[in-house]
Amino acid sequence: VSHATPGTPDRVHLDNGGRAPWHPLARQAFEQALGDGWADPRRLHAEGRRAARLLDGAREAIAAVLGARTQEVHLTPSHTASLHTAVASAAAGRRRAGTAVVTSAVERSALLQAAAHAAGTTQAASPVPVDPVPVDRLGRVDADAMIAAVQAPGVALAALQHANGEVGTLQPVEAVHDAARASGVPLLVDAGASVGHVAVPAAWDLLAADPADWGGPAGVGVLAVRQRVRTAPVGPEDEDPWAPGGVSVPLAFAAAVALQAVEADRAEQEARRRRLVELLRAEVSRIPDVEVVGDPDGRLPHVATFSFLYVDGEALVTELDRHGFAVGSGSACTSSTLEPSHVLAAMGVLTHGNVRIALDRTTTADEVDRFCAVLPGAVARVREMLGVGGL
Amino acid sequence: MTGTLVDARGLRCPIPVIRLATAAKGLPAGTELTVLSTDPAAKLDVPAWCRMRGHEHVATHEHVAGSGGSDWTGWSVTVRLA
Repeated sequence: VSHATPGTPDRVHLDNGGRAPWHPLARQAFEQALGDGWADPRRLHAEGRRAARLLDGAREAIAAVLGARTQEVHLTPSHTASLHTAVASAAAGRRRAGTAVVTSAVERSALLQAAAHAAGTTQAASPVPVDPVPVDRLGRVDADAMIAAVQAPGVALAALQHANGEVGTLQPVEAVHDAARASGVPLLVDAGASVGHVAVPAAWDLLAADPADWGGPAGVGVLAVRQRVRTAPVGPEDEDPWAPGGVSVPLAFAAAVALQAVEADRAEQEARRRRLVELLRAEVSRIPDVEVVGDPDGRLPHVATFSFLYVDGEALVTELDRHGFAVGSGSACTSSTLEPSHVLAAMGVLTHGNVRIALDRTTTADEVDRFCAVLPGAVARVREMLGVGGL
Repeated sequence: MTGTLVDARGLRCPIPVIRLATAAKGLPAGTELTVLSTDPAAKLDVPAWCRMRGHEHVATHEHVAGSGGSDWTGWSVTVRLA
């Protein structure tokens, strides 16, 4: 299956985190649902009921993969919306216990923003903002510190990602969930970078997953909330508080079919991409003055991240793009805010000259080999432009 | 602040670290250098450079214009060469 941009047959897209090309079966499902599920699923006529059946089927299929009950699975407008709503409504549901939301320092920005917002906007007399729990050099959260933070008084909610999408490191969600449960604090697990790539974790009270990351469409998100978790609506009254106005049935159906499809051969894809990432990390580490970041073992199978000393990240992304390779970067000069990635900053690793790779299911060994062949020259050219020889 | 001063204010990553490395070239072990930077990446990348090169990160000070007599906002990072 080729996913090259039309007219540029030699493009190799290695920036698939959070936005992977659609799985072929997702496209098929989308086409089918455009025909059968275009109507408003809330209406009572035959067309509405047909759309409602597709939507119910989508929730059922997603629930089966997540290890949840169908009624625990909610569809949302996006992964960001899932995180915003999950934090706000779970924190609001525990207003009496407190307002603090405990997070790791490497959660997605959307989650960190939602946590700050929840702590600052609840009705409590003295909102308690909590500093995010630090991570080690590999990006793994200090489990003991996170557990201690969860056990402190005044905590409404804790949030820990299953794996970090920028550097690939897996987090100790099970240990943190055990401690949170014992303290009566619900745990939100952001599995947006892991579902579809590794086995879904069982340790969660709320779980957010991202269809656009597993080969489904953008424009729909998944949020599972265990029945035992108390939540409170945070927006204006709506029939569907998780997606006011409802979600697109064709997008939801395509997301569910894509998830079923990637789960069907997940183990093979996991092993195959893990081998490619190991090769890539080994090849990259031979380039002078590089930090290959993230946990070498406890990691996502398809993500590789590294930073080159004395390299301008923006220049390197552009140089690789010129050679047909699309990659991501967490360097300050590649972000709209000109701030380096908060994940790299929290890890204490080099933030400039950063390259972020997420292999798609369609990425071939040949494409990875070609990238490994081109990268050393691209790094050398960017360093040459900056005149850093001998430093 | 002691030793050599490297003024990299107004320059973006990775130039402050490159200026620091250039200034450090050929200096004897134990020399202290302080780099001034307005780029938030430098306060992270100078300590990372120290780690990669075996130098010692001595201190980082934040400067805020209008407070503590500072007329600029940014960071000064001091290192000791190995």
